[in-house]
Amino acid sequence: MKGFINYIRSLFLLELLKGLQLTGRYLCATKFTLQYPEERAPMSPRFRGLHAQRRYENGEERCIACKLCEATCPALAITIEAAPREDGSRRTTRYEIDLFKCIFCGYCEESCPVDAIVESRIYEYCFENKGENIMTKEKLLAHGDKYEVQLAKDLEAQAPYR
Amino acid sequence: MDLFLDILWILIKIVAIVLPLMLCVAYYTLAERKVISYMQVRIGPNRVGPRGSLQPIADAVKLMFKEIILPSSANKTLFIIAPMLTIGPALAAWAVFPFNEGVVLADINAGLLYLLALTSIGVYGVIIAGWASNSKYAFLSAVRCGAQIVAYEIAMGFALVVVLIASGSLNLGEIVMAQQGSWGFLNWFWLPLFPIFIIYFVSGVAETNRAPFDVAEGESEIVAGFHVEYSGMTFAVFFLAEYANMILISALTAIMFLGGWLSPFHGIPVLGAITDLVPGFIWLLLKTLVVAFLFLWFRATFPRYRYDQIMRLGWKIFIPITIVWIVVAGFAVVV
Repeated sequence: MKGFINYIRSLFLLELLKGLQLTGRYLCATKFTLQYPEERAPMSPRFRGLHAQRRYENGEERCIACKLCEATCPALAITIEAAPREDGSRRTTRYEIDLFKCIFCGYCEESCPVDAIVESRIYEYCFENKGENIMTKEKLLAHGDKYEVQLAKDLEAQAPYR
Repeated sequence: MDLFLDILWILIKIVAIVLPLMLCVAYYTLAERKVISYMQVRIGPNRVGPRGSLQPIADAVKLMFKEIILPSSANKTLFIIAPMLTIGPALAAWAVFPFNEGVVLADINAGLLYLLALTSIGVYGVIIAGWASNSKYAFLSAVRCGAQIVAYEIAMGFALVVVLIASGSLNLGEIVMAQQGSWGFLNWFWLPLFPIFIIYFVSGVAETNRAPFDVAEGESEIVAGFHVEYSGMTFAVFFLAEYANMILISALTAIMFLGGWLSPFHGIPVLGAITDLVPGFIWLLLKTLVVAFLFLWFRATFPRYRYDQIMRLGWKIFIPITIVWIVVAGFAVVV
């Protein structure tokens, strides 16, 4: 008897009609595709994009070459060399992030005691030549100078939760 | 001189059929992409032209400028001939198609037979393409396609025999006229021949190698089937043929089961009188569009059949049902 009922069911294509009903309903459903270059998805202040190094308001770079970021980096993307500057303060002579190695985990940002290395909201970038994947100290600082207003705002938004 | 003028006149008529048809095919591809993406809660192509309306033109231009690659171990002649063999019958079938009462290129008596013959010739293109490509995927696809067409051609043929019994004619125009009556759309063959209507349409989907019967293409198992090795315009011709066949099957379903160019409200007091003013061609177009939409709806809904299930459906379900219905229809007509 059960077999017979199943036979009738499949003969009248009931399940297929159910499937058609479902897709038919979705035909009229609201579409929420984002038209990417014109529309952007909302972004959290914690977004982890391209790196930047920040400066203090008097123009002095924040990084004190403590090498915590280098130590914590799980992908070993950060290379730091440090030496005393003429005025005797400890500074980096070389600070490089290999973006091919970087996994954008944000640990460098978390570990930094002076909020020097941060990850910005920039995620649209590309490399056209070999070697451009290395973010040198100059590039990081320039990037930080360019987006300082946004970076400071984002850090402030996160501050209560850290 | 008269002969020359006759031929010229026929050529003009052919162009008048094929050009709009090709345009329909182009926009049918866009419609497919749009419908399927809407069913998947996407938007679909919307960049080329307003709301993506020039997308098929862009696609055509792209394919025209692409290189036609001849595989080194392919049979060159057959490789080039195959796409033509596929699209030829798909276009030639329109010769006997009545667009309105008396508006038909060749008003022959055996129109149905001619159609049956041409829709099955199309498969030779696929089989030859599969063979000439000298690629295992293409060959597998050709084998699958051949077996599938044989199975469904029989069911389709029997379904058409039922239509033939019910209408008493092989001429497509007369088949439409046999569906005329004072009950409007209740007079059409879809109601008395309902199982046959379904079987004809499903066989049509199988015949055109469309989802859920697209094992001949089966991108997940055999990449793209018979047209893996084809590129550029040769590929485009296969593509055109597939969509032209889909439109053909839709139009034939409209002719044979949905009353062709007849108004669905004919015979109903006020509405019937008003809708009778609408030219028959519009009705035919609307019915064709509805059936063509079903093709796309199916593709968006159903997963691909397993190969043995396709064979089972064709041989063990469709053919028995159609044979039974031939007997039933025979009795109904005689008694």
